[in-house]
Amino acid sequence: MKNRYFQKEIETESREKLEENQLKDLQNTIDRALTTGFYRKKLNDAGITSGKDLKKLSDISGVPITQKDELRSLYPEGLKAVAPEEIIRLHTSSGTTGIPTVIYHNRNDIQSWAELMARSMVAAGAGPEDVFQNMTGYGLFTGGLGMHYGAEFLGMTVIPTGSGNSSRQLRLMNDFRTTIVHATPSYLLHLYDQLEESEYELDDLALKKAFLGAEPYSESTRKKLEALWGIDVYNSYGLSEMNGPGVSFECEYKNGMHTWEDAFLLETLDPENHQPVPEGESGELVFTTLKREATPLLRYRTRDISRIIPGVCECGRVHRRIDRISGRTDDMLIINGVNVFPSQIEAVLMKIPEVGTNYQIHLAKDGALDRITVKVEIYSKLFTGDLGQLEEIRSRIRSRLHASIIIHPRVELHEPGSLPVAQGKAVRVVDERGGDS
Amino acid sequence: MKITQISVFLENRKGRLHQVCDLLGKAGINILALTIAETEDFGVLRIIVDKPEEALAVFAAEDLVARQSDVVVVQIEDHPGGLADVLAVLQQSDVNIEYMHAFLGRRSEQAYMVFRFEQPDEAISVLKKAGIRVIENDEVVQL
Ligand SMILES: [Zn+2]
Repeated sequence: MKNRYFQKEIETESREKLEENQLKDLQNTIDRALTTGFYRKKLNDAGITSGKDLKKLSDISGVPITQKDELRSLYPEGLKAVAPEEIIRLHTSSGTTGIPTVIYHNRNDIQSWAELMARSMVAAGAGPEDVFQNMTGYGLFTGGLGMHYGAEFLGMTVIPTGSGNSSRQLRLMNDFRTTIVHATPSYLLHLYDQLEESEYELDDLALKKAFLGAEPYSESTRKKLEALWGIDVYNSYGLSEMNGPGVSFECEYKNGMHTWEDAFLLETLDPENHQPVPEGESGELVFTTLKREATPLLRYRTRDISRIIPGVCECGRVHRRIDRISGRTDDMLIINGVNVFPSQIEAVLMKIPEVGTNYQIHLAKDGALDRITVKVEIYSKLFTGDLGQLEEIRSRIRSRLHASIIIHPRVELHEPGSLPVAQGKAVRVVDERGGDS
Repeated sequence: MKITQISVFLENRKGRLHQVCDLLGKAGINILALTIAETEDFGVLRIIVDKPEEALAVFAAEDLVARQSDVVVVQIEDHPGGLADVLAVLQQSDVNIEYMHAFLGRRSEQAYMVFRFEQPDEAISVLKKAGIRVIENDEVVQL
């Protein structure tokens, strides 16, 4: 396999050189963070008043952890380590009920994100000759614009279709000889079903690769997609607080995702005591931004569980690889690529007076897509005896859930006392989607 | 004049209707009329019973979602177009029917319909003026 690089020097420099730069960038990041009230207090409380207080990389252990809730509490002002006129974009997290997190970008941030993204795609074998169809949502969802900027920067021909509309996706793939797509795994499975029913033939398409992210999927699903479409599938990892995609990406060896350590200081910590786990063992991924200027984040807890794959990859990149995400340290659900907390669903339900206190979230596979069913008990006192009222309640629950969490659940109404009662840890979520994580 | 009907919310669960009827039977309550309106996964059972207060107490004790409402029971003349005549009277007076269902009298050969009106009092006076027989409260158990 011939190895392609986008920024060969950064990608293949020695570990010593990489760590030397990391320390410098970490010190700079601490100094930038110290210009924000939030981090000034946090760092001063930990006895850090300057980036130079960190003498070596392992001194990161003295830097306080940053939790998502802390970022939420700063919304909408967020963290700004640059002058407001320098900021050119913001993204908020998909946590749409409750409070999202906001990340600001200045021009350098957008540029370095595009570089990381381009570097990722080249590692997976993409080049300027490719036609790239971006099938994920644009807008606040970072997967859309993140991939888009990277693909343009790399010089591919980008078709910015956004998500959905399968027949148009297939037509464009066919008409413009698309060679690479970016999608969620479930959407790509779904699209295959649509292909079979369409006027297009797989043999007529030019598709070679797919970049998949935004939701967990198993190695067997990758194999299945590769076999169905006759393509190579590469895993992508990112989160909106670390820009979005372009944090970790698979190279052509498909053996774990290279984490761009010049831009993100990677730690795997025990979620309970925040102590590092031995390399190779599972822990919570914790990242510190090393390059971002507008919104620096220090030791940000991702809640994602993975492990660092020991050893050096055959591709020659020095940046360490992480394994696919094996779970979460919280109860977040990923439903067709959308992040949903049961508490968000609960918050919507509890604002509907005709709904009782018991509910259950049921997840199953419907073909390739996730199907969510929300079961609620109705509240006796507000029952009017009218079937129309029940149907109205049901459609109101559906539309409220869609408006606030962007999910389209089936809603079932149940008699009071018929769902498992909330005692201790109630069975609120029944996930029957199988071991696809 | 206005008759008490009880609406019960039911999940579409096997044997659920039987369970509910059984509850009433064991309490010595007679079901005089019964209809079910349903969708794919839930329904509303509507019943007229001889002892509505007791039936409501039974349902409450079982945590069933039940609601009482007033309906009007009307005698339908036993000839072709009998129901159409009643509906025509109501329509001419702009009385809105929310829903209706048949009432199967046990003792007489007569046909009766159960009507749920938005404004039952107005409907009753319209019906009476047109000479249509509206069943009285104490009559309903005799039908
Ligand atoms: Zn590699």
